[in-house]
Amino acid sequence: MTRRVGVVRFPGTNCELDTVDALATLGAQAELLWHGDHDLQGVDAVVIPGGFAHGDYLRPGAIARFSPVMAAVNAFARDGGPVLGICNGFQVLTEAGLLPGALQKNQGLKFLCQPQELEVASTDHWLGAGLQTGERLHLPINHFEGNYVCSGATLEELEASGRVVLRYVNNPNGSVNDIAGVTNAAGNVVGMMPHPERATHELLGSVDGRRILETVVQTA
Amino acid sequence: MKWQVLVEVSPRSGIGDPEGATIERSLPALGFDGVTGVRVGKAIRLVVDAPDAAAATSLVEDMCARFLTNPVIEDARVEVGQLD
Repeated sequence: MTRRVGVVRFPGTNCELDTVDALATLGAQAELLWHGDHDLQGVDAVVIPGGFAHGDYLRPGAIARFSPVMAAVNAFARDGGPVLGICNGFQVLTEAGLLPGALQKNQGLKFLCQPQELEVASTDHWLGAGLQTGERLHLPINHFEGNYVCSGATLEELEASGRVVLRYVNNPNGSVNDIAGVTNAAGNVVGMMPHPERATHELLGSVDGRRILETVVQTA
Repeated sequence: MKWQVLVEVSPRSGIGDPEGATIERSLPALGFDGVTGVRVGKAIRLVVDAPDAAAATSLVEDMCARFLTNPVIEDARVEVGQLD
């Protein structure tokens, strides 16, 4: 049976069509979910894609968190439903309290749009099946607020429980402990700053994003 | 009663403030030497309806905790005054 993956579109989201296209290429039935919807149309997994939801007004993710669809995403995630937040989607998930920490402005105050080398730090989460701890992936980043920060206690807990999913090999933005992605305690919610959907074809310079999105399609 | 409120949002102490640091580094180029402690935040002005100043403060502090700031990275200072 084809897995149905819902890709949430807020006003200001701009990576939703790339994400739908990448997931569909990999065999999913990918469909857009509107931020004003109150339910998830019965999808098997949810992806919150990149962009500038609600213009990133106040803070990235601060307004998106109150969009009607987020109540449904919250309930879905709390029930163990698989959720992936990419870039702005990661920011939305931290603001919504589904992932710990926050993303602040890049240390160098530059908008970063470049290929990035990442190391898989843990596979103990819903997207870990196709990955191996310690392996390197090449995925693009595209953000101004990707500098991951959290309290000392949270950082200790994340590290002790293997909840850091991806790390930058050469930290581009000042993220604490080179963190590029984290998961929640149950492992069913993952957020990452790199864009796997932009690394799904040789023409794009890397196909490493498939390693992550194929698992979205299979696990969903 | 209407109250004029100013919320000053600033990066929490211990949280890096790249904007503040950049401004601080740039000031000497214009001859402003010896400036330290530059922090960049934002100001939010609003008018609220509350029976007294304490109630207005507590209302806005609640807004700060739940929406106006992200307590992981930001602090808020709430200033309440009578609306002119």
